[in-house]
Amino acid sequence: MSVDLATVKRVAKLARIAVTEEEAARMEGELNTILGFVEQLNEVDVDGVEPMTSVTPMDMKKRVDAVTDGDKSGDIVANAPATEDNFFLVPKVVE
Amino acid sequence: MTDLTSFTIAEAREKLRAKEITATELTDAYLAAIDAANAELNAYVAVTADKARAMAKVSDERLGKGEGGALEGIPLGVKDLYATEGVHTQACSHVLDGFEPRYESTVTANLWADGAVMLGKLNMDEFAMGSSNETSYYGPVKNPWRANGSNKDLVPGGSSGGSATAVSAHLCAAATASDTGGSIRQPAAFTGTVGIKPTYGRCSRFGMVAFASSLDQAGPIARDVRDAAILLKSMASVDDKDTTCVDAPVPDYEAAVGQSVKGMKIGIPAEYRMDGMPEEIEALWQQGIAWLKDAGAEIVDIHLPHTKYALPAYYIVAPAEASSNLARYDGVRYGLRVPGKDIADMYEKTRAEGFGDEIKRRVMIGTYVLSAGYYDAYYLRAQKVRTLIKRDFEIAFDAGVDAILTPATPSAAFGIADQDLHADPVKMYLNDIFTVTVNMAGLPGIAVPAGLDHQGLPLGLQLIGKPFDEDTLFRAGYAIEQAAGRFTPEKWW
Repeated sequence: MSVDLATVKRVAKLARIAVTEEEAARMEGELNTILGFVEQLNEVDVDGVEPMTSVTPMDMKKRVDAVTDGDKSGDIVANAPATEDNFFLVPKVVE
Repeated sequence: MTDLTSFTIAEAREKLRAKEITATELTDAYLAAIDAANAELNAYVAVTADKARAMAKVSDERLGKGEGGALEGIPLGVKDLYATEGVHTQACSHVLDGFEPRYESTVTANLWADGAVMLGKLNMDEFAMGSSNETSYYGPVKNPWRANGSNKDLVPGGSSGGSATAVSAHLCAAATASDTGGSIRQPAAFTGTVGIKPTYGRCSRFGMVAFASSLDQAGPIARDVRDAAILLKSMASVDDKDTTCVDAPVPDYEAAVGQSVKGMKIGIPAEYRMDGMPEEIEALWQQGIAWLKDAGAEIVDIHLPHTKYALPAYYIVAPAEASSNLARYDGVRYGLRVPGKDIADMYEKTRAEGFGDEIKRRVMIGTYVLSAGYYDAYYLRAQKVRTLIKRDFEIAFDAGVDAILTPATPSAAFGIADQDLHADPVKMYLNDIFTVTVNMAGLPGIAVPAGLDHQGLPLGLQLIGKPFDEDTLFRAGYAIEQAAGRFTPEKWW
């Protein structure tokens, strides 16, 4: 499988990365090189093989359903580019 | 007077406990070494001199009272992807500009609890994506090693390039690193240092900037096998903050160092003999086999038939996980924000400016393979192939193999800005051909320096172990180290 320029632009949109025409054209080549490389996986017979979901043989740990942390709104917004009263500020999303 | 930076952790530990040196003297010696070298080598992206001196002072007080921890007063470097409270933590990306977390990663918290001193944050490939440390927003790191009679700058490998260079050039006693596809073992091999990626789940991932969560694992880069064992003991822990972190006590890895390898069964996988592999890599491998045989190990030929599919499967799984992990960098919660005409425009501009080319490439691949209609063909198939890769190892271990010996990398360190490698992203990816299988199977792997190539550059061997059997790797790794000796670059910086 390979991607064309329109697909590259669509994927960039999905990934929320702005790309110029020039970048999209360059990416088309690079992505096709990588997709060409992974193509060899089609040679492998995977019939009846379970996909890996956990690499180590262990059950996922569970914790008690209780509040164990919190009251840290100041810490949480401390690194945000724009905040007000412990809220994140973003450009207007509702007209 | 002996240069204090020449001591291994084990040596410095003895001298500190015997009060022959102080933590403050040791820390000052490292800070002076960093000051003299960093403009040239670019290993550190942030030096925390005041913090280091304050930590050393506390260590001296504890040592004075005979209350020192396992790493009391030992100065360490920390890869920039570990969250360190109030200190530069950007995974060497522009998108995390100015980020100083309000919390500490579990791994670094464990080190400080054991008395270690933080010298600063180490350079790395952006978000740990790279094999040469050239994707860092802070510029490439130089390898302290150069070819005989050459002054050409070489890469230290990646992504833990700053860690490897800092350890090799004695700009820290040892360093934390991380490994998703070979990011500890390949730079260790390129710089004549020892690097171990423990079993997935042995170290907590809490507070590590995530790249590919099912593959990422913390580990140390150190000057020798014993130091690597000492550091891993402190880094590893049980941690409720990471659900994939194993609930099993951490063994005393140092106790394994020096134990005999007599009767140990070492597997040699035929599939690691790649087409076009340089003759000296093959010769190094044969030398490693001979050393282990001489030390009393039994050598057996094994087969890992799905080896060649590990790298292509990795380049689906890792970008897929990266594309979801990196979705959080949107200009809202931390780091860089580039204004836009609306919120979507702001996201797109922030990510376009904040991510380097390699990150964009991988996020795009990941987004594509996970997008509607392609999931089964790519991601699901890759995860099935991953099951087969893991099964290959299980069959070998079930047949009685204790560890597997392979080369660590297909070549020695290459030049910075190598045109051939930059023209084709896949060529750079091939650097991880021997290491990536280990991440795909979640196994532990150690890279130990084993010799120099024809240009005088270090080469390493890799040992792969059973899940949570790091002990065996330290035993066998030490046997190789005893036979090969240690390798230190000649100072030119």
